[in-house]
Amino acid sequence: MAPDARPVEGERANTAEAAERLRSLVRWEVGLGAALMAVIVFGIIASSQFLTSFNMFYLNLSIGEIAIMTLPMTLLVVTGEIDLSVASILGMSSALLGDLYSHGWSMPLVIVAVLVVGAIAGWVNGFLVTRVGLPSLAVTIGTLTLYRGIAIVILGPSTISTFPARYTNIGVTALPHTGGYLSYSVGIFIVLAVIFAIVLHMTPVGRSLFVMGANEEAARYAGIRVKRTKLILFVVSGVVCALAGALYTFRLSTAVQNNGIGLELNVVTIVLLGGVSIFGGRGTIIGVVLAIAVFAGLQNALFLTNFQQSAMGVVTGSLLLLSVLIPNLSSFAERGRDILRRRELDAARGAREAAR
Amino acid sequence: MTATADSRAGAAAVDSANARRLVDLVFRIREFGIVAVLALLVLVTAVIEPRFVDLTNIQFILVDATIFALLALGETMVVLTRNVDLSVGSILGLSAFLSADLFGRHHGISIVLVFAVGLAIGVACGLVSGFLTVVGRVPSLVVTLAMLYILRGIDTLVVGGGQVVASSLPNSFIEIPRKTLAGIPVLAIVVAVVIAAGAYYLHSFRSGRELYAIGSNPDAARLAGIPAGRRVFTAFVVSGGIAGIAGVLYAARYGTIDSTAGSGYELQVIAAVVVGGVAIFGGSGSAVGAAFGALLLNTILSALYVLGVSPFWNQAIAGALLLGAIALDRGISLQLAATLRKRRTHLGA
Repeated sequence: MAPDARPVEGERANTAEAAERLRSLVRWEVGLGAALMAVIVFGIIASSQFLTSFNMFYLNLSIGEIAIMTLPMTLLVVTGEIDLSVASILGMSSALLGDLYSHGWSMPLVIVAVLVVGAIAGWVNGFLVTRVGLPSLAVTIGTLTLYRGIAIVILGPSTISTFPARYTNIGVTALPHTGGYLSYSVGIFIVLAVIFAIVLHMTPVGRSLFVMGANEEAARYAGIRVKRTKLILFVVSGVVCALAGALYTFRLSTAVQNNGIGLELNVVTIVLLGGVSIFGGRGTIIGVVLAIAVFAGLQNALFLTNFQQSAMGVVTGSLLLLSVLIPNLSSFAERGRDILRRRELDAARGAREAAR
Repeated sequence: MTATADSRAGAAAVDSANARRLVDLVFRIREFGIVAVLALLVLVTAVIEPRFVDLTNIQFILVDATIFALLALGETMVVLTRNVDLSVGSILGLSAFLSADLFGRHHGISIVLVFAVGLAIGVACGLVSGFLTVVGRVPSLVVTLAMLYILRGIDTLVVGGGQVVASSLPNSFIEIPRKTLAGIPVLAIVVAVVIAAGAYYLHSFRSGRELYAIGSNPDAARLAGIPAGRRVFTAFVVSGGIAGIAGVLYAARYGTIDSTAGSGYELQVIAAVVVGGVAIFGGSGSAVGAAFGALLLNTILSALYVLGVSPFWNQAIAGALLLGAIALDRGISLQLAATLRKRRTHLGA
């Protein structure tokens, strides 16, 4: 009898813990769902064009590459790292793609070369972070400048826009059999999102990412190869961003040195808005996917209301602040209560002393 | 018994003094290293292209470097506390436009008042960043990254498609960066004095030392009774205020201000600070080193220009330098820690 009791108790504790974890996640994602509804209602009120397939296709195009880049970023942030060089890798890939193609390379070969260079760029980030032991924030601020600088060195002031229509069509035509709603970039994103979600949520590797983010030391003592895993994540990030760079170039049918400049903010914003903790150890792909929808919908609705596009930074920045401030709200309330309680105690003590 | 204990305590004291001297020495070597690199750079460039050491070219480099050196002073205060301020470029841009725009709106407005407006704009931005970081408990990276884009967005909305042109600015304002004293730009002298004052404050004032303590170990600093929140908050306000003033100087220096003024400056400033030996993890570095870092970066860019290297290389070189400086910093601190540990073991045996 007695030996049986213990596992049951343990199981009960486990379920309670799991339920608690589930509740905190569900709350954030339900909030995002509500936000998405609000954005859709706002879009419909803002313009009768909002739900048309033409506009939805445009929305798809505007978010595709950003959405793709959020996936490896999610994994990195879950492990407690960050990659601010994503948009620069995109820009460098775009410049390289244009340059190699204009030198007469065949397109499939160019794409392979670009992906390899993306992997190298990611490896450099990962090497400096995991082997040299530098903080990823500092490293990727450096490579943000370096990779963009390489893009400028490759292309200079020139613009290359003589890509074959077979490739640039992805910026004009929708994926077949989707009613003209889905772009190729979003199609690729959906496939990648499924793969990333399975890896993150259903494999031992995925679990180990959460462990690393929650407590790197503990992860190392548990036999997880922290450094190697993080290095691989940075390489994956590089490859995926290079792919995004190719898509970006084909969509606009132009390679310029400043392609995708500043997109790292959008990527980080979406990931944090998706409920991934900046301190690591928490987050879901579903949350990030919802955040992408909220972000893209809001951007698109504002575009339809003739909101000045160049001032989108105000909206993006505010969203970023909100998405990190809101999870802190409960701790604010707690601290406020603490201060009040302390004041009450002080007042009571004061009264007692006065009485004495 | 007492004698042994005393002598052991004495040895420990001597050893800790030695360790401190070693740490001091390493950082002095670090600053000296930057000056040596700077001297070597100037020498080599001057031999290849004598135009580089023209009085006018040197004056240009000094004036350009002063803006970065000022920004680096504010950034140093923030970085010392293990935080980072990425919003300085956007604050500079906003302040540059709004302050220069005043000349067009109010003819004959006093220049002092314009500087005060620039300062106020910067301080306001710093207050917001500091508040969100300290009270909101949001990592400063996220706060100031968001501020970078919000302020730039506000800048774009305010400027619209327009710009301020030099012809709308009074001559006395434009002349500020051009005044010289015995061949040295007055602005460079003033900024050098400001940086010296800042360095003295950080080195010798209690609240200045507390910034180092917070950056070395935030929890220990708090437990030691240091008002960490207030100090970090102040650092952000100072950094913002300095960026505001730098914006007015930018307006005086370049005359033409559109909504992209100062974009990307934050990375150059951080590069300058880190190259100047301020640890990106906080807790060590000096304002003078950061200023020399800014001067070194500007001199490198100018040397590349004079040597006929395409300006397209600028950003790649700045990025590589930043990475190199961070890696070097890491190497030095690891080496230093190892040396100190060896001494301690030696004493134990």
